[in-house]
Amino acid sequence: MASTIRVRASANGDTTEVQSLIRHPMDSGFVKDKSGKLIPPHHIDVVQFEHGGKTVFTAFWGPAVSKDPYLKFSFKGGKKGDDLKVSWVDNKGETDSLTAKIR
Amino acid sequence: MLRNCFIALAIVLGTAQPLLADTPKVDPQADFKAFREYFTKRFPNVQLNDFVNGPYSMDEGLRKQWKAIEEFPPYEFALERGKELLSKPFKNGKTFADCFPNKGIGIRQNYPYFDTKSGKVITLELAVNQCLEKNGEKQYDYKKDDMAAVTAYMAYTSRGKPMDIKIPDDPRALAAYKKGAEYFYTRRGQLNFSCASCHVQSAGDHIRSEVLAPALGILNAMPIYRSAWGGMGTISRRFTSCNSQVRATPLKPQDELYRDVEYYLSYMANGLPIVGPGARP
Repeated sequence: MASTIRVRASANGDTTEVQSLIRHPMDSGFVKDKSGKLIPPHHIDVVQFEHGGKTVFTAFWGPAVSKDPYLKFSFKGGKKGDDLKVSWVDNKGETDSLTAKIR
Repeated sequence: MLRNCFIALAIVLGTAQPLLADTPKVDPQADFKAFREYFTKRFPNVQLNDFVNGPYSMDEGLRKQWKAIEEFPPYEFALERGKELLSKPFKNGKTFADCFPNKGIGIRQNYPYFDTKSGKVITLELAVNQCLEKNGEKQYDYKKDDMAAVTAYMAYTSRGKPMDIKIPDDPRALAAYKKGAEYFYTRRGQLNFSCASCHVQSAGDHIRSEVLAPALGILNAMPIYRSAWGGMGTISRRFTSCNSQVRATPLKPQDELYRDVEYYLSYMANGLPIVGPGARP
């Protein structure tokens, strides 16, 4: 199975700009399917970005975030070639992570 | 005097009738020229190859947002999935590559084509499902998911190639083209809109917050990731949802008439580059 995470990080001076896309249904638990049954909630709870052993970004997501969420932020520090680790955990305990190089 | 007028009218009508029956001659080349001229005259500042970018060719603000989106396109997952599906063997060991010319790579611009054997228009989406059927596989839903993924990847590998639709010298091909054109210009639904009401007559205008895409090259960006859908959609999805939006009853996806419309529109877009998959608001 291909990774659910897409990330692109580029160092620009003393800041690093990060863009990411995560494939996830992000079901809120309030939507019904075609047969009228509720689709149970299934959404990412926590997303984390780590750089050099330090967490640089944490987001607490929930049912209100869209399907396949896109995220963009920047942080101070980070050089070309450094590792950036992305991970997420959802409400069913499923998880995925990916380590990308900063460009 | 009045009576003479009536007689004259009757004579005119009488002679006009047989003439009218002869006149609906289909001339795709003349249509093509008129269609293109309409758009280039109406939007003199839009480059011809930019029409395929739909609303972004019409609105500078939207264009900026789109450029930002394209840096990290939302259809990437679909491309990955499409690539995987294209090379994944069926149960009988064959793949999509066995059904399509050039293994399905870089062929988007040749669809739809008129199949002289069956006498019907074959679209890319139809060909994908025909391939699945032939190999004893379950067919895809025409509107989204795997169908969108496979056609997205095929379009992606064809980017930049000019649309190349041929109308063979076959009365059935001309009839299909004519039916497609008629469907495109016929008003329907509770709102009494034709496809052309929005995409020819009102192209570039707003419908609520959205900018209407010009019909010229509108299919070159298909399939699309639409933010409003929260996912990918095929030409079938676009046609059916457009019909629903004017409160008409949509046809079945890949109905013969829809395929004829696709044939007509794609012929009108001949020479314009394939840019699919696209991202739309």
